[in-house]
Amino acid sequence: MVRYIIPLVVFILLVILLSVGLQKDPRLVPSPLIGKPAPAFELPVLGSPDQSFNQQQMLGKVWLFNVWASWCVACRSEHPLINDLASLKLVEIIGLNYKDAPSDAQKWLNHLGNPYQTSVMDSNGRVGIDWGVYGVPETFLVDKKGIIRFKQIGPVTQEVLQDSIIPLIKQLQAE
Amino acid sequence: MARILFLLALFTFVPCAQAAVEINQFSDPQHEARYKKLIDELRCLVCQNQNLADSNAELAQDLRAQVYKMIEAGNSDQEIIDFMVMRYGDFVLYRPPFKLRTAMLWAGPFLLLIFGIGYLVIYLRRQTRKTETKLSTDEQQQANALLGMQEDENK
Repeated sequence: MVRYIIPLVVFILLVILLSVGLQKDPRLVPSPLIGKPAPAFELPVLGSPDQSFNQQQMLGKVWLFNVWASWCVACRSEHPLINDLASLKLVEIIGLNYKDAPSDAQKWLNHLGNPYQTSVMDSNGRVGIDWGVYGVPETFLVDKKGIIRFKQIGPVTQEVLQDSIIPLIKQLQAE
Repeated sequence: MARILFLLALFTFVPCAQAAVEINQFSDPQHEARYKKLIDELRCLVCQNQNLADSNAELAQDLRAQVYKMIEAGNSDQEIIDFMVMRYGDFVLYRPPFKLRTAMLWAGPFLLLIFGIGYLVIYLRRQTRKTETKLSTDEQQQANALLGMQEDENK
């Protein structure tokens, strides 16, 4: 009897292991930046390149940092949700326009709506590297002390927005 | 003649083949060796199963440029690795450090090997014990008769 049970148990354990593995998205690499201070940057503002913006201007506020580009297809699908979030006026949204041509970026915003309080231009992607960006779009939530508290890799979905981002914004606002 | 033409054609294409790779001027051949070793051991986050050296993804190009810049700026290998790990986590390393999170990754194959050897030993012991079982005299005679017959046939 035992000789039949052992392979069965091994098989069941293997099925559990593999099905847990299948539920996980291998593209999601846990960010080491969560719980760490937001990497510093000083970048020109999209639309008025002689002005610059740095992350310290956001100290004392909860803010969402959304990495986007006009060449990024997934950004287009995510954009209406970012617009929705902006219309709720819960949080200030800063855009990181990643490796994009300013004219294309401007056209994209004119066409799809601009949810960003400010978008900064990371034309060579160097700030993207500091933020550990590897799959645009990416979205970070930074608290009042300038600590990264959440990161979404890939497009924000309705579920992520409703179940994770909005509740966390409210929690961080209250902190 | 045709062969010479073919070789000539081949050589004219060599510069084109190289043009696709970015050319870095190293101030020191040792820097170049370190660069090659580092981009070989760092993973491209976009393609995941390629290292920075093999990947053509834009991020990989940027990270290669970053490695080059840091080497030329005099950063040590460890500083460059720390720079990458700080931003992308242990996942960028093809040889992640031994930690609680990566324990199964490092120890798993050896555990499986020990388990496999243990199973094999037990299995083989059981098999030899089975073959050692003695035949009864009747069976022995029968076997001898059969074997004898076969030997006759072979002759």
